[in-house]
Amino acid sequence: MSVLHIVNKSPYERHSLDTCLRLAKPDSAILLIEDGIYAVQQNSATSSKMQQALSNHPVYALQPDLEARGVNPDNMIDGISLVDYDGFVKLTTEYDRLQSWL
Amino acid sequence: MASKKFLYINRRPPHGSIYAHESLEVVLIGAAFEQDVTLAFIDDGVYQLMQNQDTGGVGLKNFAPTFRALGDYDVNQIYVEQESLELRGLSKDDLIPLTYEDEDDDWAEKDSIHVVSSAELADIIEQQDVILNF
Repeated sequence: MSVLHIVNKSPYERHSLDTCLRLAKPDSAILLIEDGIYAVQQNSATSSKMQQALSNHPVYALQPDLEARGVNPDNMIDGISLVDYDGFVKLTTEYDRLQSWL
Repeated sequence: MASKKFLYINRRPPHGSIYAHESLEVVLIGAAFEQDVTLAFIDDGVYQLMQNQDTGGVGLKNFAPTFRALGDYDVNQIYVEQESLELRGLSKDDLIPLTYEDEDDDWAEKDSIHVVSSAELADIIEQQDVILNF
C-alpha cells in the first residue's frame, strides 16, 4: 500500500514535517501545502532533512501556496516538484491512502 | 494624553491563520490614535514581509501591500530578527522594501525595516510600555 503524506504546517512552528518524515515508508510520497511549503526553501534550517527525504520519497509542493507566500521556485531545493490543484487531485488518485499530518 | 510606546510582536506566517492580518489591522488603528508604534517580526512572522506574495491562486485576500501604508501612519520602526531570517534561508532582500519620509530630514526617504540581532531586539522589548502579541 502506498501513501501520500500531506503536510500543511510550517516546519518551524510544529513538528508535523519531522513526524511525517519519521513515519513515511520509502514507497510513499510527500506533498507540502499551505504553511508546509516553507520547507522547500534552500539554504535553510530544514534543507538538509528535505534533501534526505528526497532520496527516499518523491516530494511535491502546491504551487499556488508558494505564490501566495512569495516563495520563489528558483530558491527551492532541487528535486521538489511543483503541482497545481489539478496535479494535487491527480496525486490523491494515484496513492492508496492519504495521510494528513494536521 | 501622553503617548505610550506600543510594541506589536508578530510570530506567525501570513496566510495559515488570521493572526497576521488581524495584527496589521490593530497596528493601523493604534497608529491612527497617534501612539508610538514599533513592530517586531520574529520566527515565522518574518514570512509576513515576503516580497511578491500573490494570493490569486488560493482565493485569499493579499494584505501584504498594506504594509506599504505604514510609513504614512508614521510607523517606521519595524524590526526583523536576523536569526529568524537566517534559519529560514532568507535575507533582507527577500522582504518588501518599506520606507517612510523623514520630516526632520527634509522628507528624505528612509528604510523602515531594520534587521537586528536577538540581543538588539531584547533591548527594544525592554523599552516598551505595552506589548501585544500576534
